[in-house]
Amino acid sequence: MVRYLARRALLLAVTLLIASVIIFALTRLLPGDVARLILGREASEMALANFRQEFGLDQPAPQQYVNWLVGFLAGDWGRSFTGTKAPVQPLVVGRLGNSMRLALMTLVISVPLSVGLGIIAALRENTWVDAAVSLLSLAVVGLPEFVTGLVLINGLALGVRALGLPATSTVPDGTLADWVRQLILPALTATLVLVGYISRLTRAGVLEELRKPYVRTAVLKGLPTRTVIFKHVLRNALLPTITVTALSFGWLIGGLVVIENVYNYPGMGALLVEAVKQRNLFVIQAIVMVTVFFFALANLAADLLYALLNPRIRLE
Amino acid sequence: MPNPVIEARGVSMDYRLEKGWLNAVRDVSLSINPLGIHGLVGESGSGKSTLALALMGYLAPNARLSGGAVWLEGEDLFRKSQAELRALWGSQLSLVPQDSLAALNPAYTIGDQIAEVTRQHFGLSRRAAWQQAVEMLARVRIADPTSVARQYPHQLSGGMQQRVTIAMALSARPRLLVLDEPTTALDVTTEAVILDLFRELIQETQAAALYVSHNLGVIAQICDQVTVLYAGEVMASAPVRELYARPVHPYTIGLLASIPRPTTGVETRLPTIPGVAPALGDRPPGCVFAPRCPAALPHCFTDKPPLEMIAPGHQVRCHRWHEIVNGDVAILTQPEAAAPHVAHQLAAESVLSARGLRKTYGGAGWWRRLTRGSARRVRAVDDVTVRVRPQSTLGLVGESGSGKTTLARCIVGLETADDGQLELLAIPLDRRLARRSRAQLRELQMVFQNPNDTLNPYRTVGQTLERALERLSPQPLPPDQRRQRVLELLEVVRLTPDYADRYPAELSGGEKQRVAVARAFAADPALVVADEPTSALDVSVQAVVLNLLKDLRAQKGASYLFISHDLSAVAYLADWIAVMYLGQIVEEGTAEQVYQRPSHPYTEALISSIPVPDPAQAGGRIRLTGDAPRAADIPTGCRFHTRCPRKLGPVCETDAPPWQEAGGGHRIRCHIPAAELLALQVSAPKSD
Amino acid sequence: MARPLTLLGLVIVSVFLLMAVFGPLIAPYPFDAIIRGAARLPPSPEHLFGTDRLGRDVFSRVLWGAREIIAIPGIATALAVGFGTIIGLATGYLGGWLDEIVSRLMDSLLAIPALLLALALLGAIGSSPVGIIIVIVLLYVPIVARVIRSATLNLRSSGYIEAARLRGEPLMYILFREILPGVLPALAVESALRFSYAIFLTSSLGFLGLGVQPPTPDWGRMVSEGRESYATTPWALWFPAGAIALLVIGVNLLADGLRRILRYEGAA
Repeated sequence: MVRYLARRALLLAVTLLIASVIIFALTRLLPGDVARLILGREASEMALANFRQEFGLDQPAPQQYVNWLVGFLAGDWGRSFTGTKAPVQPLVVGRLGNSMRLALMTLVISVPLSVGLGIIAALRENTWVDAAVSLLSLAVVGLPEFVTGLVLINGLALGVRALGLPATSTVPDGTLADWVRQLILPALTATLVLVGYISRLTRAGVLEELRKPYVRTAVLKGLPTRTVIFKHVLRNALLPTITVTALSFGWLIGGLVVIENVYNYPGMGALLVEAVKQRNLFVIQAIVMVTVFFFALANLAADLLYALLNPRIRLE
Repeated sequence: MPNPVIEARGVSMDYRLEKGWLNAVRDVSLSINPLGIHGLVGESGSGKSTLALALMGYLAPNARLSGGAVWLEGEDLFRKSQAELRALWGSQLSLVPQDSLAALNPAYTIGDQIAEVTRQHFGLSRRAAWQQAVEMLARVRIADPTSVARQYPHQLSGGMQQRVTIAMALSARPRLLVLDEPTTALDVTTEAVILDLFRELIQETQAAALYVSHNLGVIAQICDQVTVLYAGEVMASAPVRELYARPVHPYTIGLLASIPRPTTGVETRLPTIPGVAPALGDRPPGCVFAPRCPAALPHCFTDKPPLEMIAPGHQVRCHRWHEIVNGDVAILTQPEAAAPHVAHQLAAESVLSARGLRKTYGGAGWWRRLTRGSARRVRAVDDVTVRVRPQSTLGLVGESGSGKTTLARCIVGLETADDGQLELLAIPLDRRLARRSRAQLRELQMVFQNPNDTLNPYRTVGQTLERALERLSPQPLPPDQRRQRVLELLEVVRLTPDYADRYPAELSGGEKQRVAVARAFAADPALVVADEPTSALDVSVQAVVLNLLKDLRAQKGASYLFISHDLSAVAYLADWIAVMYLGQIVEEGTAEQVYQRPSHPYTEALISSIPVPDPAQAGGRIRLTGDAPRAADIPTGCRFHTRCPRKLGPVCETDAPPWQEAGGGHRIRCHIPAAELLALQVSAPKSD
Repeated sequence: MARPLTLLGLVIVSVFLLMAVFGPLIAPYPFDAIIRGAARLPPSPEHLFGTDRLGRDVFSRVLWGAREIIAIPGIATALAVGFGTIIGLATGYLGGWLDEIVSRLMDSLLAIPALLLALALLGAIGSSPVGIIIVIVLLYVPIVARVIRSATLNLRSSGYIEAARLRGEPLMYILFREILPGVLPALAVESALRFSYAIFLTSSLGFLGLGVQPPTPDWGRMVSEGRESYATTPWALWFPAGAIALLVIGVNLLADGLRRILRYEGAA
């Protein structure tokens, strides 16, 4: 198993390295002079040159990449092009924490809900319950979050004032009540997108396991249905949902961009949209790189958990 | 007469379709006495597995019992509640399933899964149940039961997995044991050992057993009573010796005759049953076998014959059984002689020669290890030299993992051998497919194993054959001539012209294989490599394809490299035989030499493990202990020494054995002198 | 259950396609026409979807916008499916180093969450219809390639593919005449799914203000603008939002129907 995980980790490192090249190349090598875009058309050649020198944009691209990567690993993520030209790192890390809170809240709601729905739909295959779950997931999966988000805001926050839910969310303070109050709507919005995806995969996974011969073996041992389902079927059927959850986490980080905008929540996604509009390169690079890193980490964690629970890999 | 343990009376079963129900099993009655081993034999789709599970009171979620009843010692199983059935399952009624790896839960240890049975039924504590599980593993002759109990299913070999399922099935002392094709996935040497084990254990437990199989050889070796199922109906039921010695039903007669036997020889063709079994949906109204029956009379097509008792314990469903028994009607015409086949047995020249062929997988480079994790080097083919003589057939036999398929693929070029020389018709043949000339491609064609993916499902049979003609013909053919050739090819493989416009989905497995043979012969190749071409087919269909290959060899003057795990099929077709074990050839010689005087201890064991379709012949004498080592860790010295019943001593473990000539081209790779090995064969009591 | 829903999806998608083609012809007003004295009017027979705070006819703007929201994802999906299929067929069939390198590159692209990659890219090249198409193609080529690659791997060892190799068939013949028909079911389902996600992405970019630039009407941006004046003109938000929701649901129903009809259970 150690070999397996070492291999996965190494592979992930390679992937991260290539991803960093892609990110750098996309933001830097494409046409358009950043300095001119930031400083505007009337800027003098002198000002442009100063700007390029200040941010190291005058160096050859490979050199810039190496500088950026080394700096990134050392915790120096560059400075913002605009405003006070503040260092990027504290800004992004602060926003990252906010986004993580929202992502966590979402996972806590959506994973149990959608896995539960998927299991129920599979066990009640071809009944109205199954039909209802699949219709629900067909209806909400793929609906842009700004549509579902606006429905929730206008329906629950503005529509039912008694609930006392805010239409725009702020970072929750330490209390559980505030977590729920501030984050429930954005988390629900994200859940609506995830639930279709996860429940559908869970249902397919459970159905696939149910058709395997070992289930018949268990039934013909005379085990109660409860044992057959919980001990034998779900033990195997839920293994893939670990990976799915990790993938959802990655999706969540991307998906939160829109949700944070809908709820005016000060997360990393909102910062990214701002940065993109200002072409604030170092901020963009930092956010994308950090996201990719956490996505990769989630995948590695999923691999570890998967390996621990799957004897075929654990005993490799 | 003792009271039967299990008795089915008039059982009919249906499967649910999108609209309504489809009858799968019709009016089946059978009973099994204590200690009886009842064989249920039938081809695929005959309903045998469905029926077997029904005898346990188990219905698949999409199945129902539409008539009849099943009694377990006088109690009607289908009147019981689910809870009552659960109390019987695993304790009174147990199943030994077909695919043992799939039938075990991959997430739990062997011990845990066996212990589950006694914990459920006897209320044993976790510790006591575990202890009992270990004892059960010892009872199925597992050498190290304590450590095996702690292992997971995927860590065990196929034979060991099957032992585990037996241990599980027997752990609560069942009254009825249902064995559903339990050895089908196993190699013949392992199968022989497992069959011995079944026999002993069923005796020990005093259970009744239902043994389901498509393999008439296995049934003959283990059962005392046999029921023959065809298209969901019982055709015949008889004591095993009687059924094999004096089959009465035309289907039974045809089936038994169509099995190739080592002694069939090269001079004859196999008798065959024409046509294919009907799909469940369109079974004929009269006798279900009538459309394929050589003795069918007009009323056979309209009136369903009753199941009649013709002797104690012997029932037959045929209108004409009187005439058949009295010899007034012959079902089998004398097997016709095959077209004269003159193999140039000792000819010096060869169609194909391969020298020192090697192919190793895995262990290639750090990058592959990083991304794929396959660090083990597997020497699939290791220094193999073979030659196929003009107009003859080289049969290549060996267990799974012996490298026979890899060898064939290296020869045709689907895999590129790492090393070695190839020659086709005395011209060097590049190891890489892309470097071979068009003429060489034409001369070397292949027939594949799986009939279901051998033809492109999106093309008609005609289009497939036309493309082969277009690519392989020496001169370009104008379209009308191509069409003409397609029809000729279809005729050669005994298919009517209307097949040209059919899609593969409309063909049966045997028909698909015949089209595949036609495709291989599109441009009169010199050598056709056939990799297990009949192993996915039913016995009665297999005979048709084997005959076809035999006829084409004579008509077209082609040679074959014929690969099969089924030694009887190889014996039917091959003039020369090479036996492979763990990537190397251990014995080669003419078919007669290898079968009549198998000299290498492995060949000897292999041949004596064949389940002979004749209950009067005791099973072979030699059993191999242990499993074949994995191809990734090949033993030192002689590769067979870990299982060899004639191991000499340390020399076998350290030195690779030399090739020894046994005369007439017969060669053996063994440390024991060839003369000594041959003498052992002559003195041993011959089984046939 | 499957059939009526699939049909419903087909009807919805057809209506939107017709809208994209003929919408501008039947729209009562040009998309950027500001009607004097008609600002903030609720829906009425005159203005079916009402007017926005500037006095533009929402119904006309939704009709005009259909073209963008279908054409951009449509073109992008077609290109992504085309390139992805070629890459997937080639890497799946040929294997070896080509497969290693291309797969690694694709995995790395997939390691970057889609919307983030889109935003970073748009930040660099600026928003324009062509920019958005490039972004979507770049995002979806790896996904399509991966699906087609695994379908190809399944077919690669089939007897009929090996028989074609033994006939010495050229590579292009094997890829496009022997393998391609076999992966068409996967391709059909995948195309429908990609189209749905592309609509999702395009409208999300519009909502974030990074889609097609004004004055061209973009449903996503219309929602975002409608939100600012929600108190006075809620209809300016709900009609474009409803149009997006309906279109996405229609495409999803169609994709699901295709999956059932073609019996293809691939990655969701």
